[in-house]
Amino acid sequence: MQKEAAIREPLILGHKTYHDITEDVCRPIEDKAPRMWYILFGIALIIGLYGVGCILYLLGTGVGVWGLNKTIGWAWDITNFVWWVGIGHAGTLISAVLLLFRQKWRMAINRSAEAMTIFAVFMAGLFPLIHMGRLWVGYWVLPIPNQFGSLWVNFNSPLLWDVFAISTYLSVSLIFWYIGLIPDFATIRDRAKKPLSKKMYSILAFGWSGRAKNWNRFELVSLVLAGLATPLVFSVHSIVSFDFATSVIPGWHTTIFPPYFVAGAVFSGFAMVQTLLLIMRKAMGLEAYIHTKHVEYMNIVIMVTGSIVGTAYITELFISWYSGVEYEAYAFVNRATGPYWWAYASMMTCNVVSPQLMWIRKLRRSLLFTFFISIVVNIGMWFERYVIIVTSIHRDYIPAAWSMHYPSHIDIGVYVGTIGLFFVFFLLFARFFPVLALNEVKTILKGSGQSYKESPDYHNHH
Amino acid sequence: MSDKVIYVMYDDDHTLLDGAKKLVANGVKITEVFSPFPIHGIDPVIGIKNTRLGIMAFLYGLTGLTLATLGMRYMMVVDWKMNIGGKPNFSYLENILAFVPISFEFTVLCAAHGMAITYLLKNKTLPGMPAQNPDPRTTDDKFVMEIRLSENSALTEEAIDNLLSETGYFELDKKEVK
Repeated sequence: MQKEAAIREPLILGHKTYHDITEDVCRPIEDKAPRMWYILFGIALIIGLYGVGCILYLLGTGVGVWGLNKTIGWAWDITNFVWWVGIGHAGTLISAVLLLFRQKWRMAINRSAEAMTIFAVFMAGLFPLIHMGRLWVGYWVLPIPNQFGSLWVNFNSPLLWDVFAISTYLSVSLIFWYIGLIPDFATIRDRAKKPLSKKMYSILAFGWSGRAKNWNRFELVSLVLAGLATPLVFSVHSIVSFDFATSVIPGWHTTIFPPYFVAGAVFSGFAMVQTLLLIMRKAMGLEAYIHTKHVEYMNIVIMVTGSIVGTAYITELFISWYSGVEYEAYAFVNRATGPYWWAYASMMTCNVVSPQLMWIRKLRRSLLFTFFISIVVNIGMWFERYVIIVTSIHRDYIPAAWSMHYPSHIDIGVYVGTIGLFFVFFLLFARFFPVLALNEVKTILKGSGQSYKESPDYHNHH
Repeated sequence: MSDKVIYVMYDDDHTLLDGAKKLVANGVKITEVFSPFPIHGIDPVIGIKNTRLGIMAFLYGLTGLTLATLGMRYMMVVDWKMNIGGKPNFSYLENILAFVPISFEFTVLCAAHGMAITYLLKNKTLPGMPAQNPDPRTTDDKFVMEIRLSENSALTEEAIDNLLSETGYFELDKKEVK
């Protein structure tokens, strides 16, 4: 049995037994859904369907329904894509990187964070697909022989790298998540009383039996997948940043982009995890497993990555002047003082100032304040992408071509619609799936459970 | 050949582990252990070798890297030397930097999926498979040891029962199997 220092706060509060953990996680799934769930699901579904309607209108009419023009050929579509991919970075970071670092607090949050990752990447993937205008030829991004002769996709293009990165990331996250879910589905299966749910969870559990050899393989597979997912998570957002960094547009053409995008992705991803978990722990009665200490740990990650992002903003600004390239310098002067100064200012406030407040212990342990900051950070990170993308291209080399970007209601509808769809998926997950890796949490009960840590023989018994 | 299986249930992972050590020291062969979560340290006691899935993952990854390299070389260098900005792809090596991201992604893709599929096949956990745990509580908070008399021909049933009673079990169940 693994011990930890007595001064460390326990990760599981109260006097829980193994059976209590099963009960606490499975009860919300087995009981009737509360009225609030139906209300939220209804709202999310309506918003999501409105988004689907906007997408269908766009596919029927053409990409011209977006507020794009000759100068600004990329705006909300790619902003939303990068925003969602960024949010999708926390889940795998929590489950893979924190697993390699043996951070036990991850066990309470990894399941829902991974679910969030997968749904966020779904939403992200939607944007490049609809941006093609002709969704039905989306398979042309794959290197398949075709009727036009020896025409292949361009493997030198960062856009194709993105296709491979995002699809690998999505599918690897999906199997990582599912392999962890199998034993927990088996627990629900063995508890289920109604024939239909027994049948459904039997199929989902793949006949898992918990043999010693299965567990031996399970632990290795988790470790190796974590080892594979760790460089993957860093590579994905690096490649997303290459979409911009390998171009020659002033404001995009910078070598700082990969690390800066990765830090920003983790920053926004953790903020979204906070937003979702602070509500979920309350609604599902999981306060004993996801408590102030977990929130504090996540806030520290937000503070560190927020500081990296802040440093990158300032470095970028300095280099644009120091490079001596007037176009580069103008791109940044224009960002801060041009017609989009308000977007730049909100980005700076939300992403640079707000995470620094987490240095104050009282604030980073306050759940209400954390919830507020998590929303602020996500707004800030959306503006970051908007600033990078739109302000860099809206004033190009010929002043006659200078332009502004005004989103159309379809732009807004598609974006808001993806938020609705995301919540539809997440609410379904919270209703039918075990939101906590319950069997993994049992392994830390004796090492980090409150009643075990407080017992007199915790530190002298082996 | 008829056989008798003893299912010994414990309500604590450490009690089972201590019990298993005692039993094995007395020459009892433990066929299987069912538990809701991994019991660390049980594998060497009941004679389970470490899995070699890690090696498999490496081989799948290597396959992915090879396929990506061959594929991109064929498409970009052999079949159609795509000319980008006046710089056609005449040699794979000189253009290798552009091929690094996809080589990496494809390696990870093949390693992860290959290993996951092998894992599911080896475990015999696939959609539609029936549950094989002897008691539904083993996925909640109980831990079960399976002992087969046919594998313990050196010991009588009474001798095993006596040894078991010293391990502090929670429940005992015996089944005749064919």
